[in-house]
Amino acid sequence: MTWVNDIVQGVTLGGFYGLLACGLALMFGLMRIINLAHGDIAVLGAYLVFLLLEHWNTSPFVAILPVLPVMLLLGYVLQRTLLERSLRSGLLVPLLTTFGLSIVIQNLLEQGFSPDVRSLGQNAGSIATASWQVTSKLSISAIGALTLGVAVIIFAALQRFLSRTQAGRQMRATAQDPDTAELVGIDSRAVYARATAIAVAVAAIAGMFLAIRSTFSPYAGPDDLIFAFEAVVIGGLGSSLWGALLGGIVLGVAQTIGAQINPEYSILSGHLVFLLVLASPRGGLLTLRGARRARGVAI
Amino acid sequence: MSLLSVENLELRHGLLEAVRGVSLTLEQGQTVALVGANGAGKTTLLRALAGAHRPSGGTITFDGVDITRRRAHECVRMGISLVPEGRRLFGNLTVEENLLVAAQRKRPGHWNVETLLEAFPLLQRLRHQRAATLSGGEQQAAAIGRALISNPRLLLLDEVSLGLAPLAVDAVYSSLATVIAAGATILLVEQDLTRAVSVAQRVVCMLEGRFVLEGRAAELSREQITDAYFGLQRPAGVGA
Repeated sequence: MTWVNDIVQGVTLGGFYGLLACGLALMFGLMRIINLAHGDIAVLGAYLVFLLLEHWNTSPFVAILPVLPVMLLLGYVLQRTLLERSLRSGLLVPLLTTFGLSIVIQNLLEQGFSPDVRSLGQNAGSIATASWQVTSKLSISAIGALTLGVAVIIFAALQRFLSRTQAGRQMRATAQDPDTAELVGIDSRAVYARATAIAVAVAAIAGMFLAIRSTFSPYAGPDDLIFAFEAVVIGGLGSSLWGALLGGIVLGVAQTIGAQINPEYSILSGHLVFLLVLASPRGGLLTLRGARRARGVAI
Repeated sequence: MSLLSVENLELRHGLLEAVRGVSLTLEQGQTVALVGANGAGKTTLLRALAGAHRPSGGTITFDGVDITRRRAHECVRMGISLVPEGRRLFGNLTVEENLLVAAQRKRPGHWNVETLLEAFPLLQRLRHQRAATLSGGEQQAAAIGRALISNPRLLLLDEVSLGLAPLAVDAVYSSLATVIAAGATILLVEQDLTRAVSVAQRVVCMLEGRFVLEGRAAELSREQITDAYFGLQRPAGVGA
């Protein structure tokens, strides 16, 4: 039963990793940008929630609501001003640009909020520590279940958006062939900006969950980026949006099972699974399906 | 006023001069065939008219508006649609999605998904099939439909018969006849001279980036066009 408990904990942890990886997968699937500032953007979202909670006695789940439009706007402006220009210069320049952005965000957060480690666990109330004791050896944490539930809802909503709306179809078309997308009347730059806006807003939600379930500091971003990146790679490198959630779950389960063998193996076992997937000829859980299709987010 | 007016257009691929100072006018409702050997500059010219290739010189005026520096999606919104060489459908999307994604809310008109499926009957049963699984002829019909759904005033067709079986070419040209009968203005790039001349009112022949022959389709002999096509001789009275 201990193993079952580990797998359940891993799945809920994977929900968090999937949520964190969602925006990264969307940006990579659409623009082939690896956003090295993605973790820092998540942490920035956590700090914005933290800032609101300093002036407003409410739950982080309420405080995130006004943060979301701010992050949507930030993502849109970020794409139109910084990333759009760097995209025109090849694949390496966006990588360097987002690396620089990551350092800028970290330093601005340190200047604004000090290097102190913080948490939003107390602000979230009992849900941060509550759990359901299913059996004597199996318990499910409330925040873990909530994170997983929110991740599934966000992935399902994004899937629906991509497959059922004109804006979503435009995103899929642009992901596959941006030049032809322009030729059929799609403003690919606006599509990219909308996608980055969504990615940044979802990263902020992930940042809020990070701040509730754990601690965060201005320099927490790169650690989160590694897990998000591993989830995207395990899931099939943006060839499928759902792959990011599946990859997150595999990573989470690998970490909890590793921890069960030896607590020191937790992070290491996740990295090993990532390396195994990377080295495998298939190169990702949903890559086979994705490889049969053309470039871009396969829906 | 002409629907399309091109003045001294120059187009480059890096250092290579692909199109050298060509001028062209297109009247509303006219079908013009642009013929020429591989590398003559036809596709580059079409892509420039569609906003996908930035000219290094000259001007393109569409319906009285200078569109020389406009991006491709802006040209579509103004009423110019290109069927690119090689179809270039979005393979992950279904046929219907390929049509819908190109629909322009601000350009209502005769063409919508239903009217297109009527005009291209072979697409009806493939409506929900992914575009990547279609045959060449089916893909070409879908590509023409995708260009038409924005209800363009000018339709640019690049090598619609390329790589297709003769029966598929017949089907595509039969559908094109419907489009032409509906009053569309078309600039058609075609390697198949017989096909091109059969649907066009005017023929323009390109060689090494220049127009070397221009005239009414009914007045040009096949020998004249073939000679100009291969650069065997330069007929007198040809525009630069």
